[in-house]
Amino acid sequence: MPLQVVRVESVRHAVAILAAEGGARFLGGGTLVMRDVNAGDTTIDTLVLPDGLGLDRIAIDGAQATIGASVSMADIPRHPALAFLKPVAGAIGGPAIRSMATVGGNLFAPYPHGDFAVALLALGAAATIEDLDGTRTVDLEDFFKNRATRGIVRDVRFVLPPGGAFRFVKIVRRKPHGASVLSIAALLPVVAGKMSGARIAYGAMAATPMRARSVEAAIEGQPLDKTTIAAAARVAADGCAPLTDPQASDWYRLNVLPVHLARLLAKQP
Amino acid sequence: MARVPVTFTVNGDEQAEFIAPGALLADVLRDKLGLTATKIGCAQGTCGACTVLVDGELKLSCLIPAERVEGASIETLEGLAKNGAPLHPVQAAFAENFAAQCGFCTSGMILAAKTLLDRNQEPDRAAVVDAISGNICRCTGYEPIIAAILAAAAEMRGRKSA
Repeated sequence: MPLQVVRVESVRHAVAILAAEGGARFLGGGTLVMRDVNAGDTTIDTLVLPDGLGLDRIAIDGAQATIGASVSMADIPRHPALAFLKPVAGAIGGPAIRSMATVGGNLFAPYPHGDFAVALLALGAAATIEDLDGTRTVDLEDFFKNRATRGIVRDVRFVLPPGGAFRFVKIVRRKPHGASVLSIAALLPVVAGKMSGARIAYGAMAATPMRARSVEAAIEGQPLDKTTIAAAARVAADGCAPLTDPQASDWYRLNVLPVHLARLLAKQP
Repeated sequence: MARVPVTFTVNGDEQAEFIAPGALLADVLRDKLGLTATKIGCAQGTCGACTVLVDGELKLSCLIPAERVEGASIETLEGLAKNGAPLHPVQAAFAENFAAQCGFCTSGMILAAKTLLDRNQEPDRAAVVDAISGNICRCTGYEPIIAAILAAAAEMRGRKSA
């Protein structure tokens, strides 16, 4: 099956090709689409290359961070303003995968992958999407409700968290970089000793990355002490619907989640 | 089927080939250029047997259409000791430490190790484990490989200070 590889002059050009040709796929780092190609997915007949379009830029404007969709996991910790995301980007595959896998692609990673997207969800990020109708900004929580877009993610944007307010843990069975049993990202800003604007996101606890709203409600306005953490752990699994896969069963994920959440919240920053 | 032209540098030599559209870099290296050190294990980005360097970055050549690396500089295991040159210290350490059994993962392992040592002259065990975490070995149990990489690091430091 011949596979056409197309270089485009602009994101708009790429959008037009993707809209016109059902067999066309946007090729990010290749760690998702090329797997499908190699597995014999004959519905793919065209690969659209984003190379040279400038989607690999990181821009920091005050507290506002904009990460281009083609920025790789290896690029993230090299930027001083994004060093706090090193535990996330560094947890995704070995060095070769990290130099290929992109931020944009991670938003589309199938279960149980997508740990960087989990961090972005906790950070309250939004994606800039370009499609035939123009450019729009979509909150990631809405984005995950319907990922079947024919548009292209140009970048993700979020406000940099206060120092020490971001925490992340990824639980794997194959050390050091297996696929997730689960992952948890937490934004825990403190104002006058109490949680203010806390956001918690889970990976592999539902078909897509999800917010842990019950946990957020349990800790908001509270000091992050033993009582609060115990209350958070009690509602940790609210709204979760994990799957069973080679990493873990749904039952196991539901049962270990409160333990890992409590440990993450109790961790001294 | 129409062929498409690609031009890139492999181990310092410029290569120009006509390839099938969409052909994988790994296949072009092996079948067109005869550089069979690069292996294809899983073709899913999981095993690391197809690891090469593209413009100095570790990449998996089974997940790259060759047309994507037009103009790029590729380095494969064959480039480490060309034309009978002495083995690279990582290659020598793999031989001395029995770090290869069947050899299928070895090319990728050595390139991953060399990339680590190019950037970090004093890696600890955790850094070595991270460096080869994308390369699966089903023979050795990894310990001889880790020992070989740590030995190569010491050897390279010794040469530098000598």
